[in-house]
Amino acid sequence: MPISGIVVLTIGALYFLVPVASTVKFSLEQGHAGFGFQAYRQILDDPQFRHTLWFSVQLALETTVVTMALMVPTVYWVHLRLPKIRPVVEAITILPFVVPPIVLVVGLFDFFKSFSPDWLLQDFVFSSKFLVAAYVVLSLPFVYRALDAGIRAVDIQTLTEAAESLGASRTRTLFRVILPNLREAVLAACLLTFVIVLGEFTIASIALYQTFPVYITTIGSAQAYPAAALTVISVGLTFVAAAVFLVLGRMGLRKRRQPVLGAAMTGMAGAASTNPGGA
Amino acid sequence: MGPEGPGAVVLSTIVAERVDTVAAPGPAPRPRRRLPLAWLGALPFFLYASLFLLLPAGDVLIGAFRSEQGDWTGANVRGLFHAEYLHAFENSIRISVYTALVGGLLGALMCYAALHPGSPRFVRTIFTAFSAVASQFGGVPLAFFFISSIGTLGVVTQFLKDWLGIDIYAHGITVFGFWGVFLAYVYFQIPLMLLVLAPAVDGLRPEWREASESLGGDSLTYWRSVGIPVLAPSFLGAMVLLFGNAFAAQATAYALTSGGYNIVPLEITNVLNGNVVSDPHFGQALALGMIVVIAIAVLIYLPLQRRAARWMK
Repeated sequence: MPISGIVVLTIGALYFLVPVASTVKFSLEQGHAGFGFQAYRQILDDPQFRHTLWFSVQLALETTVVTMALMVPTVYWVHLRLPKIRPVVEAITILPFVVPPIVLVVGLFDFFKSFSPDWLLQDFVFSSKFLVAAYVVLSLPFVYRALDAGIRAVDIQTLTEAAESLGASRTRTLFRVILPNLREAVLAACLLTFVIVLGEFTIASIALYQTFPVYITTIGSAQAYPAAALTVISVGLTFVAAAVFLVLGRMGLRKRRQPVLGAAMTGMAGAASTNPGGA
Repeated sequence: MGPEGPGAVVLSTIVAERVDTVAAPGPAPRPRRRLPLAWLGALPFFLYASLFLLLPAGDVLIGAFRSEQGDWTGANVRGLFHAEYLHAFENSIRISVYTALVGGLLGALMCYAALHPGSPRFVRTIFTAFSAVASQFGGVPLAFFFISSIGTLGVVTQFLKDWLGIDIYAHGITVFGFWGVFLAYVYFQIPLMLLVLAPAVDGLRPEWREASESLGGDSLTYWRSVGIPVLAPSFLGAMVLLFGNAFAAQATAYALTSGGYNIVPLEITNVLNGNVVSDPHFGQALALGMIVVIAIAVLIYLPLQRRAARWMK
């Protein structure tokens, strides 16, 4: 590697590590009592910490399940049978970039309140399911691109025809043939969805839900050291989640030549650039 | 038009369609097309997108032109041109352009340095996984990164003061204003650029460089005639994406400045939280303004991406 490359990467690494290191230092401060884990103990003893974290994890899991159930069959089907509408699907999935969360939350509530009967308001609009519905939208751009990149790497036409000529049903083909081949793309998509929901603040705070990021903000505005500890914990958890997904992605993929999960993640953003759709 | 794979249609459909074309010569009444069952497969997606994305977005667009009594009015949109809100749009656009430029350039350099041909595979894996996670950082954790480092008592602030004699706060730099927001945004812009640009950098073939060298070109010639022209569309497209990303961000600026920094997402937040006295429809007018700005950015982005696609694969 040339020296210029090392210099650039060192500057980059410093930019990312100095703020993290500073926050760790702050989280260990105890005012006049030197350094220690007091801030961490305070956070871990707070029942709100567990409640909000668990709530956010639940939301993240629900969002991941709904998103995958919606998008995996859609991406597969569009590639297999409806290649003509792929540009349309792609355009729609990029829309959440055009309609930022702060705008989406305005529109969602106004739209649903305008026509919903009481029971729908009670059971859906004013429940955490509505939050999940919004989070599915937020994750669409990333999930679509990750899945799209994954499915391009697999010859789904041949696989599907082979499966069907052997008598497999559509559902069986999807679950037993296509999904195992999309494993790494699906994992990348799940990871991104999970990370997005765990960190989402805008919609949750406007909709008045005590999610983990909203809890962090409450602490952050009042108590400096515990907030620093909380920041370290939350960033740590995010990276642990990423590592778990990486390991899962590696397992059973030894034969592949490439680090596929990495490739699928890169593909998530790159799909937009490699996609001749609409050209 | 998207490419239709050679086996895009199942055999039976091909046969059916051929029979159709043979059976319907000239002006004879065309046999009715088969019910397009294939479309049913995409129905759940279109339903979901309509209910939770398209119609709510349309609601915002229409709501911006409504008064509280339900009449049509242009007052909300006219309100956007008040000095305070023009200033918010100006601030938003400025911070987005600056962070896209700085984050984009740093990200592109890092991307090229890390994905150099011959860089070890584990570097790439860690690099992409890290970028995927870090590009989603935001809100209080990100704000705290910078409060801890360049806040009044921050580690970097103290270091500069004690060791180099530079007091950044004496120079008007504060983490709770432009500089804090700027540095925090660059923190997620860089990894986003890494993610988006990686496929294009990977697409730079070593043969091109060899060809350039064997024809007597030096490094500068290679970059001027090959590297930059090939990367430029992807890079510019990615910059637009970064712009939109910063423009839409709310949580980080909210956390750093407690909602006090005058950018559009925070103005909308203030309207929604009832911190300012105004027609709720004015929030929708602000939202409409955001959509217009980002839509313009995306209109620039799409043709660039199409050009970038030429060099892929």
